[in-house]
Amino acid sequence: MTEPALDVVVNAVDVHKRFGRLEVLKGISLEVRKRETVCIIGPSGSGKTTFIRCINHLEKIDGGRIEVNGELIGYREKDGKLIEDSERSIARQRTQIGMVFQRFNLFPHKTALENVIEAPVHVLGVGKEQAVADAELLLGRVGLADKRDVYPSKLSGGQQQRVAIARALAMKPALMLFDEPTSALDPEVIGEVLEVMEELAHEGMTMIVVTHEMGFAKVAADRVVMMDEGVIVEEGEPEQLFDAPAHNRTKQFLSKIL
Amino acid sequence: MTVASFDWQIFWDRIAHPDHAFLTALLATIYIAVIAQILGVVLGLIAALGRLSRVRLFQWISGIYVWIFRGTPVIVQIFFVYFGVNILFGITVIPNSLSLGVFTLSGAAFAGILALGINEGAYMREIIRAGIDSVDRGQLEAARSLGMRYGLAMRRIVLPQAARVIVPPLGNEFNNMLKTTSLLFFIGVVELWGNAEIGYSQTFKPVEYFMAVALWYLLLTTIWTFIQAHIERRLAVSDRDEGMPTFGERLRGATFRGHD
Repeated sequence: MTEPALDVVVNAVDVHKRFGRLEVLKGISLEVRKRETVCIIGPSGSGKTTFIRCINHLEKIDGGRIEVNGELIGYREKDGKLIEDSERSIARQRTQIGMVFQRFNLFPHKTALENVIEAPVHVLGVGKEQAVADAELLLGRVGLADKRDVYPSKLSGGQQQRVAIARALAMKPALMLFDEPTSALDPEVIGEVLEVMEELAHEGMTMIVVTHEMGFAKVAADRVVMMDEGVIVEEGEPEQLFDAPAHNRTKQFLSKIL
Repeated sequence: MTVASFDWQIFWDRIAHPDHAFLTALLATIYIAVIAQILGVVLGLIAALGRLSRVRLFQWISGIYVWIFRGTPVIVQIFFVYFGVNILFGITVIPNSLSLGVFTLSGAAFAGILALGINEGAYMREIIRAGIDSVDRGQLEAARSLGMRYGLAMRRIVLPQAARVIVPPLGNEFNNMLKTTSLLFFIGVVELWGNAEIGYSQTFKPVEYFMAVALWYLLLTTIWTFIQAHIERRLAVSDRDEGMPTFGERLRGATFRGHD
């Protein structure tokens, strides 16, 4: 196996995943470089969500390998075989991979600020004062400085998702994964979340975004990956993929959603 | 044969002028109930985690525990722990008395606490498991994606949320526990009921003694109802608008579920 270039953040090679008898990932290979934003599009059931959940090992994989910053995720190698790693080291690996969920998954018993400082304080061992200062900056960045002491149930969906982004950023991750971050939102608040993500992309965060927001993909993505039925159908720069898709399946998909 | 008339003086003395023996018995009821309930919660939590574990052996142990202790009468378990455990294990698990600093616990009280606590754990397992199940799966995933390990995620994220579901039936369990301590008089623990029983056997005034002791139990469970309502209000701090039952509803049992 060739050494990946130094600026490769994610290196997925021939990833297979099955749920029972259903094979949902049939050999996904994807390389994501530092500061790159990659959008994954495709019809539902194509395996895009499953794939990004494999990247932080929320899902086990049945074949292939995934490396983040050169480190094999979720497994260690023994005699050429992959054996699932200890919970401790998987947890450590996840600290450098931020994830934003479709349904936000904010901790409802904690305020916005407490959500953001939870992991820095209790996982990384950052001092509380430092964590609070960092969290206030982050909440400011996502435009919610005034909501620091508010519980999630009192926030709109868009506000909750922005807190969730701040919570993930608080770990200072090397990579951010977004799993359909706007799919559960009311149309009028989608924009405020996309704006935050766009800014993040422009600031050079390495991001993989599963999304149906083609507008976002056009302005923020360096590369768009089209998935269908567990394989990558094609990938390319947004202009190329949207304006001149090479594959029929991509054409069909785009014609349905644009 | 004449029907004895109700002696209000005795009844009133039992309520308003408790003697030293009575206060000792009252204290026994309270500390036995509290310690046994805590033991039950701890055992219930361990058993619930065992039940939810991916390790088959833990699931089995948890299942057998609940099967036995919910399937046999608590009075049998009390007698068994008090009389049977030392013989069964061939060592002194239940001592004659247990000295804890200034406080001395009789062997019977110790056995009683163990038996009630172990029995309670079997019921608490189901309550705690239902509480954990009620927390959205996404919470554990979010916690883990932030690098939390299982134990930390449980402690910081899942259990505090499960607590809202666990506390109302837990309060109900403790209400039961306060009353079930009365069974320990059968192994010689002088708690509230034992004290009344002794008083009655000396005076042959059953109605006065038993009515008075009933009032004392009612006082204990009522005070507990207040405490429970307070705990639930505090737990509900982040979703205050979801309409917690009022204290009046609580007292009338609107939110109480029965023992399995």
